[in-house]
Amino acid sequence: MADAATTGAPGAAASRRLQHQFESPAQQKDAASLGMWIFLVTEILFFGGLFLAYTIYRWENARSFAHASLHMDIALGTINTVVLICSSLTMAMAVHSAATGKKRLLIGFLIATMLLGGAFLGIKAVEYTDHIRHHLFPGPGFHYTVPADARAAEMFFSLYFAMTGLHALHMVVGLGLLTTLLVMARRGRFSPEYHTPVEISGLYWHFVDIVWIFLFPLLYLIGRHLK
Amino acid sequence: MSAAVHEPEPQEPRVNYLNATYGIRSWLLTRDHKRIALLYLASITFFFFLGGFFALLIRLELLTPQGDLVQAETYNKLFTMHGVVMIFFFLIPSIPAVLGNFLIPMMIGAKDLAFPRLNLLSWYIYIVGAFFTLWAVVHGGVDTGWTFYTPYSTATSNSQVITTAVGIFITGFSSILTGLNFIVTIHTMRAPGMTWFRLPLFVWSHYATSLIFVLGTPVIAVTVLMVFVERVLHLGLFDPALGGDPILFQHLFWFYSHPAVYIMILPAMGVISEVVTTFSRKNIFGYRIMAYAVISIAVLGFLVWGHHMFVSGQSVYAGMIFSILSFFVAIPSAVKVFNWTATMYKGSISYRTPMLYAFGFIGLFTIGGLTGLFLATLGVNVHVHDTYFIIAHFHYIMVGGAIMGYLGGIHYWWPKISGKLYPEAWARFAALVVFIGFNLTFFPQFILGYLGMPRRYHAYPPEFQVLNVMSTAGASILGAGYIIPMIYLVWSMRYGRNAPANPWGSTGLEWKTTSPPPTDNFAEPPVMTEDPYLYSREEVEIVG
Repeated sequence: MADAATTGAPGAAASRRLQHQFESPAQQKDAASLGMWIFLVTEILFFGGLFLAYTIYRWENARSFAHASLHMDIALGTINTVVLICSSLTMAMAVHSAATGKKRLLIGFLIATMLLGGAFLGIKAVEYTDHIRHHLFPGPGFHYTVPADARAAEMFFSLYFAMTGLHALHMVVGLGLLTTLLVMARRGRFSPEYHTPVEISGLYWHFVDIVWIFLFPLLYLIGRHLK
Repeated sequence: MSAAVHEPEPQEPRVNYLNATYGIRSWLLTRDHKRIALLYLASITFFFFLGGFFALLIRLELLTPQGDLVQAETYNKLFTMHGVVMIFFFLIPSIPAVLGNFLIPMMIGAKDLAFPRLNLLSWYIYIVGAFFTLWAVVHGGVDTGWTFYTPYSTATSNSQVITTAVGIFITGFSSILTGLNFIVTIHTMRAPGMTWFRLPLFVWSHYATSLIFVLGTPVIAVTVLMVFVERVLHLGLFDPALGGDPILFQHLFWFYSHPAVYIMILPAMGVISEVVTTFSRKNIFGYRIMAYAVISIAVLGFLVWGHHMFVSGQSVYAGMIFSILSFFVAIPSAVKVFNWTATMYKGSISYRTPMLYAFGFIGLFTIGGLTGLFLATLGVNVHVHDTYFIIAHFHYIMVGGAIMGYLGGIHYWWPKISGKLYPEAWARFAALVVFIGFNLTFFPQFILGYLGMPRRYHAYPPEFQVLNVMSTAGASILGAGYIIPMIYLVWSMRYGRNAPANPWGSTGLEWKTTSPPPTDNFAEPPVMTEDPYLYSREEVEIVG
């Protein structure tokens, strides 16, 4: 903060990474994490628009939305939820490994996180293919078995594709970040004094994970009581 | 003087941020917040004159009652592109991205913003968004109005909606990154002794603005994205045929676009606070209240969007709530106006150009703000909704307020930015021309609107012609008033007198360093030892 200039002698690795505008590594780290937290706030509002639309339309078509949600593959959805929660665990372990200076573990956990993230996207792709094969993608090709519910169901699937699509896009960005981290980690860029990129990418990864924790019940579970 | 750090000697040829490195690469790849500010200055000036060109064509068409210069469809595109260009590519980035970028690190005693690369990236994002929008302009333009109301924008319009929407979406991220950068910088980069309540009000107002950037812009981004997927992928998010609700679009749109008005006016208020204290030689009246006022305007700004939708099918009760909340915005706004006035009271006022713009701002903002209260009143709103009364109201805020503040700020900090003094006589003359031109353009529009002339039509009944001719004449004067500073400011960069470090005898940290400042802003890290705006303490001669 304002008095950060008084912080004591930094580690050699950290001072090498100190950018010219900062007075101390502590100040640089504060700035980076605050920046990421603010970015996540903007992300909440970004997703918020779609969550608002979902709330309003589900409130208007509660029953039809519940029925439409039965077209989701609950098994795949649950597996994906587990996969993503595990990826958050490995990400947290990666941050911990970076903070304790264990390079090999860091690389291992980064790779594990990427594999889990990739698995999530793979399963999501299988689900998308299924929906499209069953004519559940909105638009001219949309076909729904219960005509009375078709309108609301199309809205449900519009929201489904928009929300999970946006989420998947964030996963892809996250995988890009992890790739960068992996390259940096292999080059030995991180140390207990300097591992801010791992930490703030971890924040981002957990955020994307949490979005899914909201999407899963709203899209997959709201019709379960009808079974 | 306050916070004596080091008093630079008067002008010697030396290294500063402008001559530290040369060549196009040193500008396009710069991470210096001051150079990035100048990149923004050049780009927004281009868009200001492009938007002005559209305005010129609009005013020429409205010179006569018949729709004779352009067809109705062309006219729709003209006012749409005037709005899109002026709002998204000029007004929103204007003061924050130019003056804020240039000054915030210096005002808080830092070497740069917290994220210089992100700062450069935000300029590039702005430019990419701008190219999409320019492409749309060249390839037939867009005709939805800057508001992109659905279902017209998603289903009916055949113009370049997608390209323009993509441009706005991309440019939005440049605002988000700028706001994020400012917030982090103000939190983490303050010099020793620069406590929150020693920050200049310019910094406070940019903090408030950044909150809106960060909390509002993502919502317009997702809204535009939803229009995009609806138009391209046929996901019917706002489509009544699928049970979608076009009113939802309006809610989401105004949730950002009303606070966006405060993105334009709050930074201008910051400029005016600095200018008024400097040229009144008095401490700002009610410093803390002024700081709280900008924050509360930013917060209240998020709670009033429904006053754009009184006739859109929103419930009457929602309308009443939004009406009351809109009145609340008047309180902190009035606090600002009263405190500027109280600052001037018994001050030793010098009528320099920035001060002339400040006078203009205070008067015109008051008119714009009070007519905003007319519009916040449900019954009156229904009467004047979508008439020229609205047009006049928001131009008093955006042109009379925001652009006056911008021009005042450009003049005030020009010696710091360029290291040169602008020609004072010409500048005063131009400020007067702008003031006269502005009022002649927009005051008749209040009357036109009250008499019932609707906005967005290219033809009108003959009885409105006299007032429209006055307005067009005023617009020509206003245009001249904008071109004159353009000429003498560019002239002064080469031929102007060298500026001393502190030509106005101001107290802020940015005046403690040389004009123009070195790349790292300060020769040695500054320390803030006392409150800002301690003007009344000693006599300082204004040399500029």
